[in-house]
Amino acid sequence: MSLLTTPFTAMSAISLATLTAGFTVSLHSYLYLSAVLFVVGFLGVVLRKNTLVIYMCLELMLVASTVALVAFSRFNGVLDGNVFVFFILTVAAAEVAVGLAIIVALFRRRQTVQVEELNALKN
Amino acid sequence: MSDILFHLFAIFTVACALGVVFNKNAVASALCLLLSLVGVAGLFVLLDAFLLAVLLVLVYAGAVVALFLFIIMLLDMQGGDRKRFTKATLVSSTVAGGLLLTGLISFATRGLKGTTILADVPVVGNSLRAYAEQLFTVYLLPVQIVGFLLLIAMLGVIVLSKKFEGLEDVK
Repeated sequence: MSLLTTPFTAMSAISLATLTAGFTVSLHSYLYLSAVLFVVGFLGVVLRKNTLVIYMCLELMLVASTVALVAFSRFNGVLDGNVFVFFILTVAAAEVAVGLAIIVALFRRRQTVQVEELNALKN
Repeated sequence: MSDILFHLFAIFTVACALGVVFNKNAVASALCLLLSLVGVAGLFVLLDAFLLAVLLVLVYAGAVVALFLFIIMLLDMQGGDRKRFTKATLVSSTVAGGLLLTGLISFATRGLKGTTILADVPVVGNSLRAYAEQLFTVYLLPVQIVGFLLLIAMLGVIVLSKKFEGLEDVK
């Protein structure tokens, strides 16, 4: 239960911040949202035991960082952040393809994708 | 109007992200990821990055999530008995997540001086011409490198997923 409360307190922190700013969505709001998304993805990476779900949470962290980049770009009136997000999308697509191929190869050898059973390097 | 939309999309995105983390079924996680990405695409539209919103939906929702679903169904994992987390895992992960969140939020709060009003800043990211000019002048070398990266990733995936017969050491 304590796991669930951490993001919710963060959400209330967001609404509190926007309340104090007079209900205008500022760069802060986007950055807070990006931080919350990043932490949710991080918790997924730490807590989940299925390799595929861990991978999805990694993607979530990447997308959270892109929100921050696009917000910075928009609020500064430059295009560089958007172009960088363009590259991040490309690299993420390549990364997903390679990672899933590795997971499939792993499943062929070990018949499992649960991280607690993948301990061949231990000891 | 756009403020209300921001809050709607933000809550929707974070709720779906929580769904990715806390769903027991991997297929449901993948579909939650899809919804979360749609929420992020809506945020991109609010930030006038229309091209990126379309690309996010096309690349992530179209290709990446479809690939995830394909692999989940290909591997046909049994959920079975999921071990409960130990108390140390729960405590340490909560502390780590809380620390990360606190750090990021304090960084965002204290790192920025003053607030910029969105209407004061000129919109630059809404035309395809601007992207093309940036990509093919300033960022020409990264475009080439990313092209090579995609080629190498494709070759790597083919090598990884091919079964080599007659080569015992590769298998």
